[in-house]
Amino acid sequence: MSPTQWDFPVELCCRPMAFVTLTGLDVVYNAVHRAVWDAFCANRRADRVPISFKVLPGDHEYPKCRPKRTSYEWYIPKGILKTGWMNKHLNLVPALVVVFYELDWDEPQWKEKQSECATRVEIVRQSLQGRNTKVAVVLIQKKTPLPPGEDVTASERAAALCNACELSGKSLFVLPHTDHLVGYIIRLENAFYEHAQTYYYTEIRRVKSHKEFLNKTTHQLLFVRHQFKIAFFSELKQDTQNALKNYRTAYNLVHELRAHETNILEIKTMAGFINYKICRLCFQHNTPLDAIAQFRKHIDLCKKKIGSAELSFEHAAWMSKQFQAFGDLFDEAIKLGLTAIQTQNPGFYYQQAAYYAQERKQLAKSLCNHEASVTYPNPDPLETQTGVLDFYGQRSWRQGILSFDLSDPEKEKVGVLAIQLKERSVVHSEMIITLLSNAVAQFKKYKCPRMKSHLMVQMGEEYYYAKDYTKALKLLDYVMCDYRSEGWWTLLTSILTTALKCSYLMAQLKDYITYSLELLGRASTLKDDQKSRIEKNLINVLMNESPDPEPDCDVLAVKTAQKLWSDRISLAGSNVFTIGVQDFVPFVQCKAKFHAPSFHVDVPVRFDIYLKADCPHPIRFSKLCVSFNNQEYNQFCVIEEATKASEVLENLTQGKMCLVPGKTRKFLFKFVAKTEDVGKKIEITSVDLVLGHETGRCVVLNWQGGGGDAASSQEALQASRSFKRRPRLPDNELHWDSIVIQASTMIISRVPNISVHLRHDPPALTNEMYCLVVTVESHEKTQIRDVKLTAGLKPGQDANLTQKTHMSLHGTELCDESYPALLTDIPVGDLHPGEKLEKMLYVRCGTVGSRMFLVYVSYLINTTIEDKEIVCKCHKDETVTIETVFPFDVAVKFVSTKFEHLERVYADIPFLLMTDLLSASPWALTIVSSELQLAPSMTPVDQLESQVDKVVLQTGESASECFCLRCPSVGNVEGGVATGHYIISWKRTSAMGNVPVISTVITLPHVIVENIPLHVNADLPSFGRVRESLPVKYHLQNKTNLVQDVEISVEPSDAFMFSGLKQIRLRILPGTEQEMLYNFYPLMAGYQQLPSLNVNLLRFPHFTNQLLRRFIPTSIFVKPQGRLVDDTSIAAA
Amino acid sequence: MAVCVAVIAKENYPLYIRSIPTENELKFHYMVHTSLDVVDEKISAMGKALVDQRELYLGLLYPTEDYKVYPSHQLCRYGYVTNSKVKFVMVVDSSNTALRDNEIRSMFRKLHNSYTDVMCNPFYNPGDRIHSRAFDSMVTSMMIQVC
Repeated sequence: MSPTQWDFPVELCCRPMAFVTLTGLDVVYNAVHRAVWDAFCANRRADRVPISFKVLPGDHEYPKCRPKRTSYEWYIPKGILKTGWMNKHLNLVPALVVVFYELDWDEPQWKEKQSECATRVEIVRQSLQGRNTKVAVVLIQKKTPLPPGEDVTASERAAALCNACELSGKSLFVLPHTDHLVGYIIRLENAFYEHAQTYYYTEIRRVKSHKEFLNKTTHQLLFVRHQFKIAFFSELKQDTQNALKNYRTAYNLVHELRAHETNILEIKTMAGFINYKICRLCFQHNTPLDAIAQFRKHIDLCKKKIGSAELSFEHAAWMSKQFQAFGDLFDEAIKLGLTAIQTQNPGFYYQQAAYYAQERKQLAKSLCNHEASVTYPNPDPLETQTGVLDFYGQRSWRQGILSFDLSDPEKEKVGVLAIQLKERSVVHSEMIITLLSNAVAQFKKYKCPRMKSHLMVQMGEEYYYAKDYTKALKLLDYVMCDYRSEGWWTLLTSILTTALKCSYLMAQLKDYITYSLELLGRASTLKDDQKSRIEKNLINVLMNESPDPEPDCDVLAVKTAQKLWSDRISLAGSNVFTIGVQDFVPFVQCKAKFHAPSFHVDVPVRFDIYLKADCPHPIRFSKLCVSFNNQEYNQFCVIEEATKASEVLENLTQGKMCLVPGKTRKFLFKFVAKTEDVGKKIEITSVDLVLGHETGRCVVLNWQGGGGDAASSQEALQASRSFKRRPRLPDNELHWDSIVIQASTMIISRVPNISVHLRHDPPALTNEMYCLVVTVESHEKTQIRDVKLTAGLKPGQDANLTQKTHMSLHGTELCDESYPALLTDIPVGDLHPGEKLEKMLYVRCGTVGSRMFLVYVSYLINTTIEDKEIVCKCHKDETVTIETVFPFDVAVKFVSTKFEHLERVYADIPFLLMTDLLSASPWALTIVSSELQLAPSMTPVDQLESQVDKVVLQTGESASECFCLRCPSVGNVEGGVATGHYIISWKRTSAMGNVPVISTVITLPHVIVENIPLHVNADLPSFGRVRESLPVKYHLQNKTNLVQDVEISVEPSDAFMFSGLKQIRLRILPGTEQEMLYNFYPLMAGYQQLPSLNVNLLRFPHFTNQLLRRFIPTSIFVKPQGRLVDDTSIAAA
Repeated sequence: MAVCVAVIAKENYPLYIRSIPTENELKFHYMVHTSLDVVDEKISAMGKALVDQRELYLGLLYPTEDYKVYPSHQLCRYGYVTNSKVKFVMVVDSSNTALRDNEIRSMFRKLHNSYTDVMCNPFYNPGDRIHSRAFDSMVTSMMIQVC
């Protein structure tokens, strides 16, 4: 029995194809024949007809056909299917024998050749005696044949040849050896295929014809056999539908057979074969559900047909094979395009196959545990004469015996023993692992990560059984993290237990320690006795001794392991193992917590390390050290057994290096931060706990950051959700869950002990040198050094503000653009305790709006902490928001000499420019002076002296000035004529004398200048008196280059009598002036309307009297007639 | 007959697992754990749409499988997911009696009700393992009742 006894035979698994033999081809020496043969076998793709060809010599002996049975009456079959039958029809008995013969139609020696060919055919026929195999002849010809019917010789000779060979015309072919060989060959093989199909058809008919002779009592086996044969021939005929139908019938018939312990194997074997064929065809017909249904039915029917209990492992092997074969079929179908799903994929079948293989292993272990003295029987009962069985699934020592009674119990016993002994040498683990890894590949493909992990665990366990501990560990280690991350502690514990055994057996120190650490941890579901055993072992290992063997290990392996462990002891070398705990759940938990999120630099930084052990017994550690991102602090945070110095430890007595299970231990550390670290973050990068001694072996547990392992984040989350009240503990103990990791802290500068005051008078006025007085007072106990002041616009505001704000220390001179917006690090010197310092700062703000100013005072001070002198840099800052406003508003207007508002001015005619300065400052302003800078187009009529010099303006007060100007005639200027600038020099009244005066320049508006043809001005006294003559002189000036005709009339008024020309027409030459003299005699007192002068220019009809009224007075105040007293006064005047 | 009942947290760690053939507890743990593959897939396939009308019952997770060859037991795994993504997985022995879907559904509903009761307990912290006598006895009743 070979180990592949359970494998299906090749002839069952292949795709049956029509078998055709080619004779008369000399493929070795004849190039033409070689080419023909190559054309037959090369490129047999799916589009070619399914034929398997074989070249045989013409006189090949085909298997003999047994004489036809005429009656089945006395015939008793010896088994279901002969082992050679399928192979016989696939590879030995052809459906068609083709005789190749080189013969051209115009062959001169036709007769001889023809008879030689006939002889060859005859020889073939002889060897096929009794078979229905067809014979065909192919003539290899050198010439291309003419179209049918044209070559008379050809058709004649063809007929003659057919006659001579006793062939039908359909079995004679011509193969011209020309360029189109492949084309001819394809046509030839299609014809062969038809012949083959006819042959298989007749074979099916032949087998069917036996049926009627059979009876159900004695020929049950034959029913199955015939049905199988029909199905198989149908497959050869490529009639898969009928093949499937017949296989199904055969399958049902197999299960109708009377099953007994003696023939159960044969039935199962055949059932397995047929089931395989059915499933295969179902997949081929793309009906995978039928295949699955058939397979399930098959398994349900067969799984209980165990057969002999002594050989029950055979059943498991058979079952395993069934599942595996189906998995293979399924997988193959998927490769050809079938889609599988998560819950229905080949993986399940491989997995099931693996389970049965495991079952087989177990059964074999219990059934084949013969003592060593039991020897393999001689003669070998499993040997047969031919080396193979006659029928599938029979026992070699009782082939062909159909009786259910065991004729020879002794022989049976020996046979069973032989099988059992053979089973012992089977390497079960290898098979199981192969199947499992097949399944893993499938589940990986169909998104079943957990199933994959599970199978990998099984693979690992199987490797463990197979004593391949390295591979076992590799697999187990790989999947552990999946279970750990999902929190399936029971499963993790079971995996870890196996892993621990593996590492023990290999004496892998680091792995052994790692697994022990986790098995002792809180994630482990082991019982306490197990835990204490592991802890004891761990302590032994750390003390450089061998651990006790793990339970349930193979005795031999333990022996080897013990040797390895003792070797390890003597072996010096790396005995320090650093184990990062963030990926697993060790039995010591760690949490680091800074006392505060930030520390001032002059206070020692304090933090606690909390440790808690979950193992059953107290455990000692030898060192605890903490690492920081700034490694200089590391030296201060170490606790070592050897150190006597306990100044960093509080309330710790003797057993300080010992962790008691379940108790939270707190270790306080403190250190002084470096002044360079001010403003930086101090982070705990890792916490190392050393178990064991560096002299023996030691393990460094390394927590990244402030502690925490693979399970702690979830626990912290749960703890934070919990509303549960925790039971009270003694004062110095803490609840583990209530400790929150704080792994980093900020170092901030020392609290400054100075005061900074700002004194100023807001708001600031535009462009003034605004004074800020900074007062710094030291409240420190010692002298402070290197006091520096930084003041100015607070950075981060509008960029335009920076351009328009300038700082200076000197208020005596105005600052310009070159001054910065922020003055940095102005040294101010040292300050003694209680001393006060004042500093004046000046700001010039070019634009209005609010600004934030920053005043930042920094200084150095020496302090002592923890007997250590450090220089601290302290600083204090103040910010202030200052509003900037315009000091005053300036309004400018143009009026006529009559103080009437002017829209426009007239060329050469004087007008008045009035400025109005309204103080908007809340503080009194002193106008130092003002100045009018006229544009060249303007000329002053009189002196342009400032009229507001040294005027002090309180809030809301205003100062006005008036200047008389004249604008010579200019052309028509678009937008008017520039007037000039008005410059006001001012300062705060409160400012000291040395504060510079600020000049504010105001650009005066443009004015529109218009020409007029005639200007009239009147000369008249400022008032009149009743009944006193009032002389009035009108000057009429011609402003044009033309001679003007002027009509003048004076309209009488009730209040006046007058003398002079009442109506006149006159001419005024260009540039000249005409005077008109009138004497008015007022009749009434009061503000009286003068007799109105009407001027009519004939050339300028637009010159109206309204315009005229602008230049000349229309009214005058008339005083009443004076009394005598008055007369004298008048006379005096 | 239910042979194993498990409640799995949203994060896929077990909140409660009990199986009756206690000697093979580990196998049931693996069975429940591997079932989560299908549960996850089914939940993601359901998507976010139609949360209100969503069916909590996930049905048969894996095809019926053999638990042991001799004596043969056929086991079916069923799944159920609550709105808060807590999963219930039940392994049912169908070798003697094939249970109808309706029966399984009602068993799950009962389980869900009992689980809700556990959640309503103010002393229970969601996410902790379930240690409730009432829940225990309900599971026990389910394990015995059907067989």
